[in-house]
Amino acid sequence: MENSASSEAFVRFEGVQKSYDGKVLVVKDLNIDVPRGEFLTMLGPSGSGKTTSLMMLAGFETATHGNIYLDGRSINNVAPHKRGIGMVFQNYALFPHMTVAENLAFPLKVRNMGKSEIETRVKRALDMVELGSFGDRRPAQLSGGQQQRVAVARALVFEPDLILMDEPLGALDKNLREQMQYEIKHIHERLGVTVVYVTHDQSEALTMSNRIAVFNDGIIQQLAPPTELYEKPTNSFVAQFIGENNKLSGTLQSTQDGICTVRLPTGELVTALDINTDDIGKESTLSLRPERVFLDPVEGQCDNVFTGKVEEVIYLGDHKRVRMNVCGHDEFIVKVPNSTDNKGLQVGGTAPIGWSSKDCRALDPI
Amino acid sequence: MMANTVEAKGQLTPDEQKRLTADMHRSLRRKKIRALLLVAPLLIFILVTFVSPIATMLFRSIDNPQVSEYMPNTTAALARWDADSNELPDEATYAALVTDLKVGRENHTIGKAATRLNYEKSQMRSLLTGTARKAGRLEPPFKEQLIKINDGWGDIDNWRVIKRESSPYTASYYIAAFDMETTPAGEIRMLPEQQRVYLQMLWRTVWMSLLITALTLLLGYPVSYLLASLPMGIANTLMILVLLPFWTSLLVRTSSWIAMLQGQGVINDILVWFGLVSDDNRLSMIYNATGTVITMTHILLPFMILPLYSVMKTIPPSYMRAARSLGATPFTAFVKVYLPQSVPGISAGAILVFILAIGYYITPALVGGQTGQFIGNMIAYHMQSSLNWGLAAALGVVLLALVLGIYALYSRLLGSNNQMSLR
Repeated sequence: MENSASSEAFVRFEGVQKSYDGKVLVVKDLNIDVPRGEFLTMLGPSGSGKTTSLMMLAGFETATHGNIYLDGRSINNVAPHKRGIGMVFQNYALFPHMTVAENLAFPLKVRNMGKSEIETRVKRALDMVELGSFGDRRPAQLSGGQQQRVAVARALVFEPDLILMDEPLGALDKNLREQMQYEIKHIHERLGVTVVYVTHDQSEALTMSNRIAVFNDGIIQQLAPPTELYEKPTNSFVAQFIGENNKLSGTLQSTQDGICTVRLPTGELVTALDINTDDIGKESTLSLRPERVFLDPVEGQCDNVFTGKVEEVIYLGDHKRVRMNVCGHDEFIVKVPNSTDNKGLQVGGTAPIGWSSKDCRALDPI
Repeated sequence: MMANTVEAKGQLTPDEQKRLTADMHRSLRRKKIRALLLVAPLLIFILVTFVSPIATMLFRSIDNPQVSEYMPNTTAALARWDADSNELPDEATYAALVTDLKVGRENHTIGKAATRLNYEKSQMRSLLTGTARKAGRLEPPFKEQLIKINDGWGDIDNWRVIKRESSPYTASYYIAAFDMETTPAGEIRMLPEQQRVYLQMLWRTVWMSLLITALTLLLGYPVSYLLASLPMGIANTLMILVLLPFWTSLLVRTSSWIAMLQGQGVINDILVWFGLVSDDNRLSMIYNATGTVITMTHILLPFMILPLYSVMKTIPPSYMRAARSLGATPFTAFVKVYLPQSVPGISAGAILVFILAIGYYITPALVGGQTGQFIGNMIAYHMQSSLNWGLAAALGVVLLALVLGIYALYSRLLGSNNQMSLR
């Protein structure tokens, strides 16, 4: 506990930059502290710099500028094999010429561990991922999900304090992916290792993470726990990237005590939370989750009430997605719970809609 | 219609299964015919221009028609003679010989039989052709007169050779190809040390081919690794440099090596200029085994690089990264993870280069001198200069058998390995 700042952060990026060609920065001034035991996800579209950041942490790419600390010491000049970081790759990277057990024994063998020690550890790791009887198979004889589990077991078998995962579930089908999300989450909870996870799938990030760093254009747009990220996005990119989002553009009219008024191009005034706006008279984008919009609002329930024209109704079983034209914006989505009350929703018809200004966030213009 | 279709429900009866199999075959037949038609032109071309000449050539290694065809009377007469009797053949045989010599001289065919017999025993040619010139004037009885003309006709060994070679098939070319000879008594034994040629040359061909294969692997592996790990654009540009030699004639490439390596050549000049080698002690790097190895290594290098590259291209870089992240040093990661996965490329490249090298002809002929000749050059010599096609064919068969043997060994040793990594 001598220097509290760096000992609290198990992994620390400090002003890290990366450029491949000397012209464009792929990662611009990255600063993150990851406490021990956290599950941190780097989420973002492809080309946003998230994988590059992970590769710099693993040691396969060198930072052009800045420092990366692991457990308080700078690892900029430490070779990948000396970092002691477990890694799960996108295509699993299981060695095809070795059996599953040999794959798991590999990190132990290169550490010159004793034969019996290796055997017990490999067995324990296989049991952990419920593949106890698969030790003699080759990776190609396993299904995608089984290969995935072996890859996770191999990254854990030498008991590293930090595991990196680079889109490990990308190759699996939807059901398996969801199942594996829970398995990885449970393994993390059970072992208490620190995990840095890279994905472009927001639901994956929301399911597993303690915190999510949303990357775009080489910059962390927002670093927050999943609920905060979804409920309280601080900029338009995050609002748009995480979950479904209605955006209405307008100009800022007035702002007072965190509540502002935005005038839409069609003339209507909307009140919203002032989160991330420029000066009065400048452009702003309003962000509003579809499930926070009410159809036929009760008197006094909402402080923003407008009339919407139904453009399209999509039946999704438990709810209906209604696309409406609201204030000249015809991509406005409303989620309506499936109940007997709203059978009369007809394409072409109109309905009053409304939302609370607390659910509407005025953000930077897109 | 219902009778012909198979109900898809439940277990099929044997009858239904049979019908289903027949349906399946019928539906596939058109495809098979189409495939056959597509390959037919090439198949016919290969059969006519490649397989049948080779088969004929191979047949020559045991074919032995000269004596029985051009000396038919003698052949028939000798069939009655016991070669182990230690007695000369009877008068009838000598009479048959004179008849054959006369006819052979008129038709100009006796020389062929004489040449054939000369392969087995020297001086047989002059014995036959010399006697044939005088045979026209002879009157019976012949035995004494013939022995008087050339006492070779009183030598039982000569008659034994004629009798042995009057058979239409012979193993004598193979015996010669293995540096052995048949004694007049019919025993097969090794030739005296200083007369042995082919076994030594075969052995030299094998070890030099192995050396060339090892050198191409040594030089080609790092290049292939680099090509496989570079970005596509740069790799393609560099690949052109690898393929560049293919655009130049083999003769030109070989000749340019002569200019490089000869006594007054570029490399020696440079070495002398730097004072590394004295002017009157220039290195002899050409017209010997060294020249053959250097030149053939260069010429065959692309055949090693291409299969290596194509296999390495399929090894994702994430394997090496995974090994590194699991704690392996770069060297361990390479030996334990990369190398085993590149084995199919190594074995494909090695077998390709080795088989090409073992049958190589032009380059050893041009730069090999005395000590760098391959068995292929010997085969060419017997085809073109000595005109002993039977021996050339026998040497060719030995070479073919050697290659097939090595290939069988290769597929046994590495075949299972290849399958493993393909699985």
